[in-house]
Amino acid sequence: MRRRTTVALASAAVIVAVAAIGTTAIASSDPAVVQTVAMVKVGNDADGTPVSLDTTLFVPKNLKGTAPAVLLAHGFGGSKDDETADALDLARHGFVALTYSARGFGHSGGQISLDAPQYEVADASRLIDLLATNPHVTLDKPGDPVVGVAGGSYGGALTLEAAGYDQRIDAIVPAITWNELGQSLFPQFAQGTSTPGVFKKQWAADFFGTGSGDMGVTPTTCGKFAAAYCAAYQASAAAGRPTPEILALMAANSPARILDKIKAPTLLIQGEADSLFPLSEGDANAKGIAAGGTPVKLVWYGGGHDGGLPETKRIRSLTLDWFDHYLKNDKTATDTRFEVTVTNASLSASDSQPKASVRVAPGLPGVTAAGSTPRQSLALTGARQTVIAPAGGNPAALTSLPGFGSALSTIAQAGGLGDLSTLPGQVATFETAPLTKALQLTGSSTVDLTVRSTAPTATLFATLLDVPQGDAKAVLPESLVAPIQLTGPFTGQTVRVTLPAIVRDIAPEHRLRVVISTTDQGYAMPADARAYTIGLAAATLSVPVLPLTALHPSSLTGLWVGLAIVVLVLLGAWLVIRQRTRRRIESASDPSLAAVPLVITGLGKAYRGGFRAVSDLTFRVEPGQVLGLLGPNGAGKTTTLRMLMGLIAPTEGEIRVFGHRISPGAPVLSRVGAFVEGPGFPPHLTGVDNLLLYWRAVGRPLEEAHLDIALEIAGLGDDIYRRTKNYSHGMRQRLGIAQAMLGLPELLVLDEPTNGLDPPQIREMRDVLARYAATGRTVIVSSHLLSEVEQTCTDVVVMDRGRLVAQGTVAELVGRGGSTLFGVDDEDAAVRIASALPGVTSAGRSIDGLMLDLNGTPPADVVAALVAAGVRVDKVTPQRRLEEVFLTLVGQEQQ
Amino acid sequence: MSSGTVTTQGTHGGLAGAPPPEAVDPRTGASVAYNAGHTLPLRVEVVRQFRRRRTQLALGFLVILPFLLVLAFEAGNNDPGAGAPGLVDLATVGAANFTLFTLFAATGFLLVVVVALFAGDTVAAEASWSSLRYLLAAPIPRARLLRQKLVVALGYGFFAIVLLTAVAYVAGLIFWGTGAARSPLGTTLPTSTSLVRLLIIVGYLAIVMLFVAALAFLLGVYTDAPLGAVGGAVVLVIVSNILDAVSALGSLREALPTHYQYAWTDALSPSVSWSAMTTGTLYSLGYSVVLLGLAWRHFLRKDVLS
Repeated sequence: MRRRTTVALASAAVIVAVAAIGTTAIASSDPAVVQTVAMVKVGNDADGTPVSLDTTLFVPKNLKGTAPAVLLAHGFGGSKDDETADALDLARHGFVALTYSARGFGHSGGQISLDAPQYEVADASRLIDLLATNPHVTLDKPGDPVVGVAGGSYGGALTLEAAGYDQRIDAIVPAITWNELGQSLFPQFAQGTSTPGVFKKQWAADFFGTGSGDMGVTPTTCGKFAAAYCAAYQASAAAGRPTPEILALMAANSPARILDKIKAPTLLIQGEADSLFPLSEGDANAKGIAAGGTPVKLVWYGGGHDGGLPETKRIRSLTLDWFDHYLKNDKTATDTRFEVTVTNASLSASDSQPKASVRVAPGLPGVTAAGSTPRQSLALTGARQTVIAPAGGNPAALTSLPGFGSALSTIAQAGGLGDLSTLPGQVATFETAPLTKALQLTGSSTVDLTVRSTAPTATLFATLLDVPQGDAKAVLPESLVAPIQLTGPFTGQTVRVTLPAIVRDIAPEHRLRVVISTTDQGYAMPADARAYTIGLAAATLSVPVLPLTALHPSSLTGLWVGLAIVVLVLLGAWLVIRQRTRRRIESASDPSLAAVPLVITGLGKAYRGGFRAVSDLTFRVEPGQVLGLLGPNGAGKTTTLRMLMGLIAPTEGEIRVFGHRISPGAPVLSRVGAFVEGPGFPPHLTGVDNLLLYWRAVGRPLEEAHLDIALEIAGLGDDIYRRTKNYSHGMRQRLGIAQAMLGLPELLVLDEPTNGLDPPQIREMRDVLARYAATGRTVIVSSHLLSEVEQTCTDVVVMDRGRLVAQGTVAELVGRGGSTLFGVDDEDAAVRIASALPGVTSAGRSIDGLMLDLNGTPPADVVAALVAAGVRVDKVTPQRRLEEVFLTLVGQEQQ
Repeated sequence: MSSGTVTTQGTHGGLAGAPPPEAVDPRTGASVAYNAGHTLPLRVEVVRQFRRRRTQLALGFLVILPFLLVLAFEAGNNDPGAGAPGLVDLATVGAANFTLFTLFAATGFLLVVVVALFAGDTVAAEASWSSLRYLLAAPIPRARLLRQKLVVALGYGFFAIVLLTAVAYVAGLIFWGTGAARSPLGTTLPTSTSLVRLLIIVGYLAIVMLFVAALAFLLGVYTDAPLGAVGGAVVLVIVSNILDAVSALGSLREALPTHYQYAWTDALSPSVSWSAMTTGTLYSLGYSVVLLGLAWRHFLRKDVLS
């Protein structure tokens, strides 16, 4: 709202100077553009006064050769400075641009003649003469430069007229301007009548007020207006209706007269928020020019003299494209589609407020003329109504005021004053039924009325409202009204009224309401009080339904194709992987090994960084064994077990479990229970839920889980019903081992199972493993604790730094060297006596005593023999035999 | 803590009576009772996730949020002002409008965080708990684990959107009643139509959020840190939003995965305008399929070290 009001207020200050282009003149210079200011002498005023115009020429600094020129005309009340930003933009894009203050404005001399052919239009020709002599400007032929003209409002009409009178002009971009100045200032929207319309007094006063106000000259009632115009206006304003003189003057200065002469391709821009020069003026211009076969592109943008959406960037870009094509002969095809801005098309992602979007239709739909656009008839209901026009036209409805658009009435409404656009007793209303489907309203609807008046004439104001359901208030799009002026006698004849041209999406369930009001503050109204009787001549509302499409329809084909390719590639990859997995599982079986729990062959693992965790590992585990996987930290035990579980992929060799090669998720893993590198439980679940949900995740029947056995092994008592996040390390450890035992797998793999257990629990665990193996199942225990392996296992595999160091039964490994330490007082005697015993040999001496290899002889026999021989024995210590072997083995590796 | 330890430690008589191993399928070497297609059933995963505090907190917050908004609207003075109204200005018109505003406020960040949480944390959390390796060694085939987890995560994400919508609608109903929905475009939609539009919006939001879920899921497969996956996805979505605000990128921005996230507001036009939503759908599906493809590719080959 604030932005809109600001724009409206700003435009009120300069009134008609709000040109469609160039409202944001911020930069007034650019180092890449050379500006030259010059006063150019043009034709004398009517009273013979010589006139010079203030001009600025913009030439691209690095221009090589010549460039086409563009003449820029400013709006009413403005000056050449308004066009500086556009001129710089054009110069940056390789055009020579010429701006000037029209006669009567800025620092130019002369009087205002409202774009009269012999004055303002002749001035434009004189400036084109000047461009033809400029060495920077490309020429069609001597005296005829390649030149385009652009301008908004007052400058827009000048643009059209100049193109009609001066055939040297090659392309034009007129914006928000009039076709018939008479129709604009005395609008008449009753069709088929030659009666002049209703005096648009507010706009006209601003129009003429600007020209006659404080313009730096001696104050006179006429200011800078040429005398003829001043007199004609004052007479009309006093009478409230046009005098023949002003009608003649306005007709002479209207583009309507010379449209058939315009051969320059025309980009015609008209504003939707414009109660001064409404869309119908632009349509009339477009049709007139196109009738002569000249290319025309019509654009309805969101702005206009009432503010609205400025769309400056888009308009600039359209203008540049137009001149590029027609002045520089760039070969790209021109887009001559009709473009229309729908201000309430969608919602902005940032603040969910309405956001505009641009829609297009092919060609020039001519949407304000019946017949050329597809139309739809909506049933309209409403009885004949008698309405009052108060004396003096007061109070009067408030719709749109010059430069403010609907701002005032919106503010009044927000301030609790109610809807000022329709006053009780002054309006006749007719409504459609709720729409069954959405309607894109683009242009003017028409309605047929019968009107009777208590006076010889009737002055009425027709509007079309969008009426939502419920208590939401009706919307008068852009606050536009269509005045009609009728003259009697009123015999019940049909009057076809063209309602204001609007662009709006109407929702289903909404109604359209036609409101005929007797007053509007923007217009001159009859001084006497009257009563009108207004009824429908035909119970239909004819609405234009122009099929519009998005300006840039997103090209979905590429996206669809891209998506399809991606999906097909992934689908193919999936099928290949599935097939391979199936084949791998089926081909990975070696029936001869079906009874062997584990065979590891040539296994190796090198991580990406080059670190080798396991190298050339080969061993085999038979059923019923309790195998100890022994090695210091970092020996590769855990890596091996992870490969066994299919968690990491070997770089060499293979692992077979019951004859089936292990791969990630290999089905044979369903016969393996594992506990590797500590427990892993969702902490938010209780112990028992963890076990239950784990087993349900495996997808096997609950009775196969043997949960009772697992719970007994976990031995957590009531703690099993607590969340595992509260467990101690030992409790989690036991729960993890219990989880590994769920389903009593044929191969149980436990990695460091006694970590965190206290001595009684360790003993318990040994017992469990022995019993487990006793059921015919196989257990693999990895550990760095020798005593544990020695006391638990039947077989041992020793690993160090990723390699197998030794393998065999515990007895075999111990047999290689088990010794006992004897503390004796006479070591020499002791060696002699003991060596006599069968199998016993000396293994050397240490500071602690004598080492003897007993090789099966019970230590008690040795002690008995020594004591019998008088040798005192104060201690007998079996050496930790496996440890010794282990240290020896590892030591060998390290050398 | 150790009270139970002593009392229940016994002889493990159970093991003595352990039955012989189950029968084996000679083709695969698996236990006959094992069927890869039955592993990690959806309902098990749903329960595993639902018991998590973060799931309950996230869903609980979505239930509370609409009522917080109600409080804010009731406490504050919702002066519509004179300007073009946004959804916030129309929030108290009725249940549908309040729902629309809630969804509009939640689309950019809240739903992104919630969906990223469900999708990004599901695999990464298992890795961080070390339970992932036990699930994989169960064995749950890797592709199946991803599939089941993704389905459940998407299910929770979708449920979050539906829950927020439903609670907002109910809250709106309680405080402001039904009543035709009003769009800032000036459109009024009767209750039945507005319900259909809400369904469309929920459906489209689900599709838009699919990208967020896919991104978070991919990150969750790469990292063992749940917060990293969720936060990473949210940060990337924010980066995409920031880039979307750089108008210098022009039409390149249309390819940004979040560019069309608000296209559901087109369902508030007088007639639903499908073009932006169709484009957004295609982009979201395209990005999602690629991201999920990458997630699968990585996870199927990855060495699970957590």
